[in-house]
Amino acid sequence: MYGQAVSHGVASGMGGIRTAGDLVARMQITRGMRLTEAKEYVAGRLGVSTLDLSDPTVMLDVRKEHGLGGILESGEITDVGDPLGIEAKFNIAAVLDVPINCVTRFRDMASRRRPVEI
Amino acid sequence: MGDGALVEMTPSEIQADLEAGTQAAAKRCKTPELSSAELDHLAEIFCSNSRFTGVDIGDEVVLSYDGCGSQDLGTRINDLQYYEQYLCADSLELYHHDYSYKPAKAVTAFEQVVMRQAQFVTTAPLGYGAMPDLGLYTVPDGPVPNWSELLPLGKIDESRAAQEAAVELAAADIVFVADEMVEAGIEFIDLDTSGAAGDADFLAALLAIERIRARHPDLGIQIGMAGEFVLGMHGELEYDGVRLAGLWPLDQMRLAARAGATIFGPAINVNTGRSIAWNVARTLTIAKPCCDAATIPVHLNGGMGVGGVPMHVVPAGDATCRASRAAVDILRLDGL
Repeated sequence: MYGQAVSHGVASGMGGIRTAGDLVARMQITRGMRLTEAKEYVAGRLGVSTLDLSDPTVMLDVRKEHGLGGILESGEITDVGDPLGIEAKFNIAAVLDVPINCVTRFRDMASRRRPVEI
Repeated sequence: MGDGALVEMTPSEIQADLEAGTQAAAKRCKTPELSSAELDHLAEIFCSNSRFTGVDIGDEVVLSYDGCGSQDLGTRINDLQYYEQYLCADSLELYHHDYSYKPAKAVTAFEQVVMRQAQFVTTAPLGYGAMPDLGLYTVPDGPVPNWSELLPLGKIDESRAAQEAAVELAAADIVFVADEMVEAGIEFIDLDTSGAAGDADFLAALLAIERIRARHPDLGIQIGMAGEFVLGMHGELEYDGVRLAGLWPLDQMRLAARAGATIFGPAINVNTGRSIAWNVARTLTIAKPCCDAATIPVHLNGGMGVGGVPMHVVPAGDATCRASRAAVDILRLDGL
């Protein structure tokens, strides 16, 4: 863990939900975009530069503004007023204009109604 | 060293190892050697006395993981949460500890429950991963005759027939698990360590990808390889008219993309008796044609024993960060 995940993360990683790494990953995963195209797409949707995508200072505000979730740190960074988990993924699907399977499924399950028996 | 041992080397020894590593790779897989400028850049990385190094600001890449967590603290959902919250992984992967599709199939209903709950509390893309692991379909673990026993007896036809039968069983299991996990909300499926049992193993993965893509057009499909070279345990299997035995990462990537994968992960093996500088130069030489020609994102495997990372259970950070930076700088990777 320490030798691999931490070393790779600090040496060359985008930073996940601390920055915009998860958003760029999402475009690679769902659209097969290569890195440059994925970074440009995400930066364009968020109105930031591609350099900003790996900058935690910039991305903290951007993620909060768009409700994209983030690091918790006992509520000091992402607090109770910020979307998190599946809530944030609803916003990510809208901001990036990509289908997110679990969001679609959540919406479907939450909208099911059974007839009330009297 | 490739086995994790710390050694002291002079700059000229490092330079010589870098040159020897790229020459060994070029000779073995008939690909161009790294340029002198690329070797100079690698020498700069490896001759530094600093404990840590990293890519330039702005050159960061996406990090995906073949299975998140070690399943020894808390729950598997906790594993995913700390990969997201503390290790800042760009994508997350739930896995069953057997990490093969055959055993995963038997517990898919339970895996679905965990996946569904995990999707509620995580934000990064979350998928499910396992290996095709063709060997599990052979006697005594499975229904198919064991080709590792048939081959030494000279029963070539029987061995090939057994592998062909196992391909269909494995592909069907992978598609089954993918279907079920899509129902539970996955955003991608990972076929990791593909080709571990040779060309038939790789064929099972490609056929599964093709079938999953046809059924789930928006699903992410990641494939990671088991090694740098597809072994010809069968020898005559083809996918889309291409013989699988003997393929190097460039052609592996092309077939993965043609089948419908969205991320390809080449795995270049480490020689434990050579230095990390030698291994990294060799790794990059083999992977470069694949990265240059890629039509889908390439995430080079960079774990214990592959991608220049030492073959040791606790690989040293100084070696890993050098392998990591070197791969991103030279290959212009999409991810690791």
